[in-house]
Amino acid sequence: MRASDREIRVLSPTGVCGSGFLESSFERALAQQPHVIGCDAGSTDPGPAYLGTGRAAFPREAVRRDLRLMLHGARRLGIPLIVGSAGTAGADPHLALVRDVVCEIAAADGLAFRLALIHAEQRKDDLKRRLRAGRVKPLDPAPPFDEAAIDRSAHIVGMMGAEPFQRALEAGAEVIVAGRASDTALFAALPLMHGIPAGIAWHAGKILECGAAAVVSRKTPDCMFAWLRADHFVVQAPDPALRCTPQSIASHSLYENADPFRLVECSGTLDLTGSRYEAIDERTVRVSGSRFHQAERYTVKLEGAEHVGYQSVLIGSIRDPFIIRQIDDWTARLLDKIHARIAMVYGERLAREDYHLHLRVYGKNGTMGPLEPVKEIRSHELALVFEATAATQDIANAIAGIARHQALHLPIPEWSGLITALACPYNYLERGPVYRFNVNHVVEPDDPWEMFPMELLRVNGASTEAVPA
Amino acid sequence: MTTLAELARLIRSKNAGPFELTFDIMFDDAATYERVKRSGAVSREAVAARYGLPPRAVKFFYCDSALAIKASIARPFFQGDLRDSDGHGGQQYAPLMDIRID
Repeated sequence: MRASDREIRVLSPTGVCGSGFLESSFERALAQQPHVIGCDAGSTDPGPAYLGTGRAAFPREAVRRDLRLMLHGARRLGIPLIVGSAGTAGADPHLALVRDVVCEIAAADGLAFRLALIHAEQRKDDLKRRLRAGRVKPLDPAPPFDEAAIDRSAHIVGMMGAEPFQRALEAGAEVIVAGRASDTALFAALPLMHGIPAGIAWHAGKILECGAAAVVSRKTPDCMFAWLRADHFVVQAPDPALRCTPQSIASHSLYENADPFRLVECSGTLDLTGSRYEAIDERTVRVSGSRFHQAERYTVKLEGAEHVGYQSVLIGSIRDPFIIRQIDDWTARLLDKIHARIAMVYGERLAREDYHLHLRVYGKNGTMGPLEPVKEIRSHELALVFEATAATQDIANAIAGIARHQALHLPIPEWSGLITALACPYNYLERGPVYRFNVNHVVEPDDPWEMFPMELLRVNGASTEAVPA
Repeated sequence: MTTLAELARLIRSKNAGPFELTFDIMFDDAATYERVKRSGAVSREAVAARYGLPPRAVKFFYCDSALAIKASIARPFFQGDLRDSDGHGGQQYAPLMDIRID
């Protein structure tokens, strides 16, 4: 099918590659002749450890299952398949992981296609150069970001916009696997190339990127389909049991967005303040009035993760109401004793700033921390979680052991003699390396492609060869 | 007189990226949404007060097409920070539930 009929049809099989979708929904969607299949494969929602370690959140087999169906569907129809934010975090190890799965499928099933790999990982010396040139700007809120933070980072990625995907399509790519990308951009890329207005392309992308999530009640991760036209788009979930309503589609821009009306992309801002949602039937919605304002300056958001240390976790609980009613005082005395004991054991070998000890009190404010408005404790038991973080697992373990021993026998005035104040179900747990997101900044590049190098490969069953630029 | 939890079809919190937290209060029908909106009981100031924040720290939106009210704040700790207690930000909305609506 050609895209010159001023209607572009886009299929999103699922909200995250690896989370699954129904084959029946996918087949129904393919019968509707999409021009492109897009799938978001990542997110920061699972936390910084994936970017930090180079591992993916979904099991390889789950990713393989989804990709296999998508690849076969795309090849059968002769349409592009675009996967963005590969392997959850979209740095080079994650991209390689998904590339390997794609090539395995091609080898096993005898598929042939031109594959584009678009890298999102940023080189540290490049970033330092940009930082020195004043081309890295903080968002709000942003942690401090300097050359030391760049050095400490395990991986830093840029979130690519639509242009790198468009370049890959123009180069003849039939399958595109990209590192970290704007989830919306991977869907908007092809429609924009075919003249669909930006407000329509970006808003449709926003709905599509989450698969069937924008329906009234989703049973399981599943497909979403959109028809993009010159002045509106229509959205419908292929599974006939799922319903998109004006309210469910309007509500979708609220999900995981701080501002439901203005959604910032590399090239500008999607403005939904004038968007209108109309029911075409009981499960299909027509959306119009969405606008896109071009930015004065193209920006690329950075995501980075650094290794903080190794952690050891001790869990214990308290059932004695005498201790519970003075828990703030008891834990304050306890922390003082723990720090004093650490200093006694380690002396100058471990400075106070070289380890981190955190105590959570569940039954008081474990879930909400400083945001908890309830000040009095109403529970008959409390759970204490101590987290010791240090440069080595051994030190973290030692601190957790010290915390346990100090907590066990910390007295209260009501009892004379040696008490045992903490119920520990087991000894400390070794959590291993822990990571932290360490940047919330944008880069102002010279062009939309320079941060995202592309490799083009010809895949033919088990053989893969590079296509020269 | 009733509470927001009884009127809303869903009250939720979630990460909006690793650095911000967003709250959604969603209604089934326009009449209930309008009643809550008109009451003024759910406002930037009311949300700020529930979380011990100054009003300027809260982004606040009435979303008429969605029949929903949204408020967003900076996370007290970044997602995954050593002191973070809620990786997905999903259990931070309880203080909104007993806002009283006339």
